Amino acid sequence: MSHLQDRVRASLQASRRWHIAEIVFWLIALGSFWAFPRHLLLMNEIAILALFALSLDLILGFAGIVSLGHAAFLGLGAYAAGLLAKNGMGDPVLGLVFAMVVSGFAGLLSSPLIVKGNDLTRLMVTLGVVLILHEIANSWASLTGGADGLQGITINPVLGLFAFDLFGKTAYLYSLSVLFVLFLVARRMMNSPFGLSLRAIRDNQLRAAASGVPPSQRLALAYTIAAAYAGAAGALLAQTSQFVSLDVLDFHRSADVMLVLIIGGPGYLYGGMIGAVVFKFLQDTIAAFTPQYWMFWIGLFLVLFVLRGRSLIHGGVKLFMTRLPWLSGRGRS
Amino acid sequence: MAIRRQVLKGALGLSLAAALGSAAFAQDAAKVGLILPMTGPFASTGKQIDAAVKLFLAQNGAVFGGKKIEIILKDDTGNADTTRRLAQELVVNDKVAVLAGFGLTPLALAAAQVATQAKVPEVVMAAATATITEASPYIVRTSFTLPQASEPMADWALKNNIKKVFTVVTDYGPGIDAETSFANKFKAGGGTVESVRVPLRNPDFAPFLQRASEAKPDALFVFVPSGIGAQFMKQFVERGLDKAGVKLIGPGDVVDDDILESIGDVAIGAITTHHYSVAHDSAANKAFVTAFKAANGGMRPNFMAVAGYDGMRVIAEALKKTNGNTDGDALVAAMKGLSLESPRGPILIDPDTRDIVQNIYVRKTEKKDGELFNVEFAIIPMVKDPVKAAKKQ
Amino acid sequence: MLTILFDGIAYGMVLFVLACGLSVTMGLMNFVNLAHGAFAMLGGYITVLLMQKLGVPFLLTLPLAFIGAALIGVILERILYRPMYGKSHLDQVMFTIGIVFMAVAGADYLMGSSQQIIKLPSWLQGRFDIGGVGVGRYRLFVLVVCGVLAFSLQWGFTKTRFGSRLRASVDDARVARGLGIPVNRLFALTFALGSGLAGLGGALGIELMGLDPSFPLKFMIYFLVVVTVGGTSTITGPFFAAMLLGVADVAGKYFVPEIGAFIIYVLMVVLLIVRPDGLFAKGRA
Repeated sequence: MSHLQDRVRASLQASRRWHIAEIVFWLIALGSFWAFPRHLLLMNEIAILALFALSLDLILGFAGIVSLGHAAFLGLGAYAAGLLAKNGMGDPVLGLVFAMVVSGFAGLLSSPLIVKGNDLTRLMVTLGVVLILHEIANSWASLTGGADGLQGITINPVLGLFAFDLFGKTAYLYSLSVLFVLFLVARRMMNSPFGLSLRAIRDNQLRAAASGVPPSQRLALAYTIAAAYAGAAGALLAQTSQFVSLDVLDFHRSADVMLVLIIGGPGYLYGGMIGAVVFKFLQDTIAAFTPQYWMFWIGLFLVLFVLRGRSLIHGGVKLFMTRLPWLSGRGRS
Repeated sequence: MAIRRQVLKGALGLSLAAALGSAAFAQDAAKVGLILPMTGPFASTGKQIDAAVKLFLAQNGAVFGGKKIEIILKDDTGNADTTRRLAQELVVNDKVAVLAGFGLTPLALAAAQVATQAKVPEVVMAAATATITEASPYIVRTSFTLPQASEPMADWALKNNIKKVFTVVTDYGPGIDAETSFANKFKAGGGTVESVRVPLRNPDFAPFLQRASEAKPDALFVFVPSGIGAQFMKQFVERGLDKAGVKLIGPGDVVDDDILESIGDVAIGAITTHHYSVAHDSAANKAFVTAFKAANGGMRPNFMAVAGYDGMRVIAEALKKTNGNTDGDALVAAMKGLSLESPRGPILIDPDTRDIVQNIYVRKTEKKDGELFNVEFAIIPMVKDPVKAAKKQ
Repeated sequence: MLTILFDGIAYGMVLFVLACGLSVTMGLMNFVNLAHGAFAMLGGYITVLLMQKLGVPFLLTLPLAFIGAALIGVILERILYRPMYGKSHLDQVMFTIGIVFMAVAGADYLMGSSQQIIKLPSWLQGRFDIGGVGVGRYRLFVLVVCGVLAFSLQWGFTKTRFGSRLRASVDDARVARGLGIPVNRLFALTFALGSGLAGLGGALGIELMGLDPSFPLKFMIYFLVVVTVGGTSTITGPFFAAMLLGVADVAGKYFVPEIGAFIIYVLMVVLLIVRPDGLFAKGRA
């Protein structure tokens, strides 16, 4: 018995060790700050999308919960941070924490809905929840500004030192730091017995329950954490754009983030980030020469991807990760 | 080492060229960042304004005050976050002198902060909620405000023996603006008002119109964004409200010139108040309409197009006045108080509010030579935005 | 009051015709098809094009909308959908969202982004009174057409050989295959029928729901509600679910316009919590 424990512990510790490709990845992310000064705003959006996708990865990739309504928590976080700043508490870190608490709490409240049921019910319930929230945000105009968006948000400098500028310098570094810190936490969590138990539930819920893992409890916890992460992404969105609109709760946000995660591949934490880079890059390039119809190309990409390309891309990524670690960070540029 | 030196040289050369290039540009170009919804549900707004802007530059040349106007068109798909990012990128990367366009209220508001921070004028060519110009001291509007168009409707209704009005508006900024300004004015004049608001997303008006028909009003006041006007008009007739003698009134969005033909004969008889009709009787308008149709395959200009056209003109006139100085404060100062003869009639940029002052026309939808038009039959001259006017007192 | 009930039922009828194909295909292949609305939109645009460009009378366009959507449905099923059956729900969701995106952008490119408008023949316009209840002629027409369809579907599903094979396949595809039922062909046929019905519903719905390129996205939730609430193993389940939804939606907007838009979403979430397998689902293990 203790032999098994040792093996598990050893394997967890092994997976906690930093791969050289990971270090390269984060160095490139930081280096882009100097390498692409004209695209800081876009890179800020990428960092936020990456965090949002990371949050979805926690439930989809590790716990196997499909959701068409993850934007609910993004939106809640954005409105929470926005409203806090609007009412005079403009400290970004405070707003970030507040948003995470609010979204996490909402995640906890709604977790009974998704713990039970099959894929289809989960899809529907999550979609229903985000639609209801969208409607509430739209109707409760005195609080949220309705369709006009939340106006008059002023955000104090980060830590009282770095004011948000038009070039997006502070914004990018701030978002990247938050992404990095939350990533570290997620990485540690997923390489712990808790993360293992989630994967066990994903692979076979009955077997996991039989071997002493309480599935509903674990799933609820994972869902709550993911919601808090999404809330953090929402807060970053609200703070760096100093504006919140109904769009944060729109259906396409949930669909996009799912797409991002699928592009990058779920279940190894970097998928969302790589996906975010690819997605935004695609969106920006396609939109540059056919602004009207980029939705078509992204749709085509999706269809082909699911039909054929997935194994190609993911196979390639895995190959990089195992054989050529020093090259695998390239996706970031 | 050799490689590094070469790289350095290259970099130096590049940055030098860039510096020279931008200096050369700064002397003779004034960039205008035009942000419009070119896709999505509000694409028709973008297409109209874009066409009008191009028409203006084609007609008048692009050089004003020694500066050549360069348009950088960006599509925000009607999404406020994108508008904000595009505005920021245009200011930071492209160093635009003016931001223009803005198809919807949230989009105009999203860019307001960028305009303030960067001290760049924001010329609003479409969005029509009254409060927009208060969001930044750099916002100038060339379209209209909904209270501006809706209040005269209340006056007209009161004068024409309409006592009870049922209002149906789309539930978002402009709709609420239209409803409150009309209802307040109408109630103050002794009329009674009942209201419902229709969600922006659902085009089935049946239950709302059923309520309206049961209330048996003298008139139905309606504001819906121009795209879904047709749907509304058809269901209005289907409910038999026209036969019951209920007049259809409202600001002119519901009988938008661009889609009037496709609404069809059910629109005939609608009374609306608005600032522009393609049938406006003036030489300037006839020339504008003919040129616009010729350049755009017969598409009619609508009130969006005229606002885009005038918006470009305001930018051009301001450049002339500053002698090509593209400083934001100077440009806004030059725009304030500008008075122009537009295809819609005389317009003035109010020096106090930077909002537009213009004639509001009362029109009736009629059929002429087999085509539908909103024919103007009364003028309320030089109306200021009533919301901001009331705040001042 | 009765008028509202009537309107709601007419609305629900259209929803039923739009969504019933989806419920059968979902039940049969356990396939999550979010792109169902694209076929409805296709039918709608076929009607619009035929009427506007070729002057085909409205009634004649309806069967053409059905056939057009069914044909495209069968072709897509062959080329694209079939490889997806064995994949995970997640893949299916992504795949069909991709199709929806392409359909939305494609329709925008080909047809323009504005709302499409058709001119109904004059005998379908206006309304008449039956005992003080105002009845829209077009809504009555829709009610009759969809009612007949619903009955014949129910009959076909329960009484014909095709229907019994279909039910057998829905219950257990593997056993059905073992018994010599050509499940694949059956499914292709059903898919064509479902797409065709969606196309017909889209054409009928132009007047009631409008038609623009965002149609598949806007009404996706409605279809899914009908299917999840109604269950996927019968015709009557989705039928009553559609009625319920139609009436609740219309009545909600009539009586409490302030919160009208919430009602269907709340209804859906509550129903899914109470009866996660659908309101009318038979208790299957």
